[in-house]
Amino acid sequence: MKSAEPAALDAFEAALTLGDVKGRSPWEDAWHRLLKNRAAVISALLMGMMILVVIFGPMLSPWDLDYTDWDHTNSPPSLANGHWFGTDAVGRDILVRTLQGGRISLLVGVVATLVSLLIGVTYGAIAGYYGGVTDRIMMRLVDIIYALPFMFFVILLMVVFGRHIVLIFVAIGAVNWLDMARIVRGQTLGLKRMEYVEAARACGVENRDIIRRHIVPNLLGVVMVYVTLTIPQVILVESFLSFLGLGVQEPMSSWGALVNDGAQDMESAPWTLVFPAAMLTITLYCFNYIGDGLRDALDPKDRL
Amino acid sequence: MRQQSLLRHAGQRLLGVLPTLLLLITVVFFLMRIAPGGPFDSEKALPPDIQANLEAKYHLDEPLLQQYFRYLGQILVLDFGPSFQYKDWTVNELIAQGFPVSLTIGGFAMLLGFLVGVTVGVLSALRQNTAADYATMGFAMLGVSIPNFVVAPVLILLFAVYAGWLPAGGWDGGWRSAVLPVITLALPVIAYIARLMRGSMIEMLHSNFIRTARAKGLPEWHVILRHALKPALLPVISYMGPATAALITGSVVIERIFAIPGLGSYFVQGALNRDYTLVMGVVIFYGFLIIMLNFIVDMLYSILNPKIRYEER
Amino acid sequence: MALLEVRDLQVSFETPDGTVEAVRGIDFSLQPGEGLAIVGESGSGKSQAMLAMLGLLAENGSASGVARYRGQDLMAMTPPQLNAHRGKDIAMIFQDPMTSLNPYLSIERQMVEVVRHHQGLGRREAQTHAVEMLRAVRIPDPEQRIKQYPHEFSGGMRQRILIAMGLLCEPAILIADEPTTALDVTVQAQIAALVREVVARSGMASILITHDLGVVAGVSDKVMVMYAGQVVEYGTTEQIYHHPQHPYTRGLIASVPRLDQVDDRQLHAIPGNPPNLLDLPQGCSFRERCGAAFEACGAAPELAAAGQGQQVRCHLERDA
Repeated sequence: MKSAEPAALDAFEAALTLGDVKGRSPWEDAWHRLLKNRAAVISALLMGMMILVVIFGPMLSPWDLDYTDWDHTNSPPSLANGHWFGTDAVGRDILVRTLQGGRISLLVGVVATLVSLLIGVTYGAIAGYYGGVTDRIMMRLVDIIYALPFMFFVILLMVVFGRHIVLIFVAIGAVNWLDMARIVRGQTLGLKRMEYVEAARACGVENRDIIRRHIVPNLLGVVMVYVTLTIPQVILVESFLSFLGLGVQEPMSSWGALVNDGAQDMESAPWTLVFPAAMLTITLYCFNYIGDGLRDALDPKDRL
Repeated sequence: MRQQSLLRHAGQRLLGVLPTLLLLITVVFFLMRIAPGGPFDSEKALPPDIQANLEAKYHLDEPLLQQYFRYLGQILVLDFGPSFQYKDWTVNELIAQGFPVSLTIGGFAMLLGFLVGVTVGVLSALRQNTAADYATMGFAMLGVSIPNFVVAPVLILLFAVYAGWLPAGGWDGGWRSAVLPVITLALPVIAYIARLMRGSMIEMLHSNFIRTARAKGLPEWHVILRHALKPALLPVISYMGPATAALITGSVVIERIFAIPGLGSYFVQGALNRDYTLVMGVVIFYGFLIIMLNFIVDMLYSILNPKIRYEER
Repeated sequence: MALLEVRDLQVSFETPDGTVEAVRGIDFSLQPGEGLAIVGESGSGKSQAMLAMLGLLAENGSASGVARYRGQDLMAMTPPQLNAHRGKDIAMIFQDPMTSLNPYLSIERQMVEVVRHHQGLGRREAQTHAVEMLRAVRIPDPEQRIKQYPHEFSGGMRQRILIAMGLLCEPAILIADEPTTALDVTVQAQIAALVREVVARSGMASILITHDLGVVAGVSDKVMVMYAGQVVEYGTTEQIYHHPQHPYTRGLIASVPRLDQVDDRQLHAIPGNPPNLLDLPQGCSFRERCGAAFEACGAAPELAAAGQGQQVRCHLERDA
């Protein structure tokens, strides 16, 4: 560049340094966007509270899970007799049962999601990493399984193997990994071909470091979004099974089972329906908003 | 030329359906065989006529593989065998009895879900980021989040028990007994489609080709209906497959709550009573239905999208 | 009366990081049959000014000012009023032919609807007219190809189709927004020649938006150079080519590769990047990249006459 004056070059340099001052990492950017999303922030706070209450609430309550208070059967919510959410037909405290049910529902949601995460990430990463024939066969299998009626399989498993809580985790997790496998496989495939990954490889960066610095951080976002959106799905499936009487069994209960109990008595004792139903709905609502918020924050495609 | 390649595409897809069906039948068959206290154990005291009928039907003395192929052959001619619980009924008869009811409710729910969902989604997209849009999407999120089995009792409580406008349950084939089940079943579909439609419509409205259409001086309704609507509908069309599965699953709960004698009710009863042949039959029947509907949706998608063949090459 | 007269056109966008002043008041007029080129780097506001005039800004954009087409202010029109002119009197061709055609509709439907809507022709006549236009832009076998979908055409072919579409109603003004930028280099020259040809043949006025002064010759009579949302120089093509006065224009001219001057001069590049529109520098916007900047440049210069109708926004030229 013969004709570029030194003064201009200096100015150019100054402009460059000025422009760089505001540099933010994509994660910081995403975090700022997430914090601006009021629905997601409120949902996250609510969920945090919900988890704390569900874990510690039953310990603080004077009532036991299956204690029957014969003096107060079918009691409406009352501060006076200590049954804040009322009692059911045999005098069990709805508050304790709802919190206890929440433990199970949330536990199923988290554990089954982790199961599907584990299977899905492993499967998807292998298919995406090896590519070629391996990938084609593995993904074809996913396609085939994908077309099966998922819920009926879970029910079938319940019918065949009996109702057991571990089986619920496994059954739901085992049929829910397909989406995860597809997403992870697609991402891995795409990332493998990214210029910066190839550039890193060309520069002699070790495979381990490439995976740690380039692949994992990029997968993390998608996986996080997916996990937050899978948890409510799984909770819903579990409640659905429990509602049909195919889920967890007495004396344990989950929100689905409680809604089922409540629906039987809703004309005489609507509170037995309302509280567990509300807790379940709030939880699903919040998780969906958090997932939505995360997705918008991490993938600012349609940001105006 | 286009028809030909569409036919070829259909053929390929249909071939792809076969392994899925085979897997479905195989898994169901062997699950039943390994089931502890399964249908093929004679520990349970069954009425002798059914016992005899079963043994004849399933040739229990034959090797496993032979039984499997025999079962496959039976499924091929759509024979699901006798029911365990409902004596004197075959599974085929139960399906014939229950399915039309389920289909009526499911069909109307799907129609309602599609029409309302698409309309709400488009309107929301056109009023993007207004208060009306936010409110609508808040409701849609609620619709996606609230389970059917929570909505149903609440609707019954409001419209049947308190207001007394509609029956709380039962089925007489008339519209009054269908209103609440159809609405309950349609709500999540409406909500999901509305969210989907809004998103894809907004994406379309920001696209370059819509800008071209506007630059051509076409009226706004023409731009939206002729240029944006069709491509924006494609994700919704893709969703119709999963939506069918969701509706079928939902109908299981809805029929139970509203005491509707549909296939879902039989299925739940069968599952609770370990009526293996019935459960097997219904799972295979529903599986077949879902797989075929996915195939139809796939075809519809290819017809609507002129790019599909191009991209496959 | 001028065919098109633009006064103090301003465009701004609301973004999460603040308000972007994309166009900061431009004025120009266009006589019937006249060719105007708007030249500038990406982000200089040249496309947004044209989009604003036609009411095609993105939702977060807003515009002010006056743009009179045959005396009627386009900026003050309701969408239906504007629709009567868009595509009929003023046609626009966009820079990305790959995404500017609707992939879900056949070329025929996309062309016929324009003619039917604006000229009320019947289906058959509209179809014949569309085929003629395709032939005019040299699409081979137009009767058959009009039935096809956009993905069945190459980028260059699609741009030809878009040009044909723009010409359908014989508009008084054709706005071409970087019609060659997204194309292969070999195709670029063909499309540039086609634009030149159709403009010359039809005698319509044209506004060519480009970052490449090299394609201006032969199409445009006047050139408007834009930088950071402002006009920095305006003049006839002759004046701009031979007597560029603004340092930025000189830089642009020096960066055009020329075949007729075989010498050892290296291709010139303007150092630095266009300024951040969210955070414009004090004074002259070009100051930080300008080799000739001096103290006076701390104050923003005005666009001022520089003889024979030429205008320039620079302290140097005024003081000279």
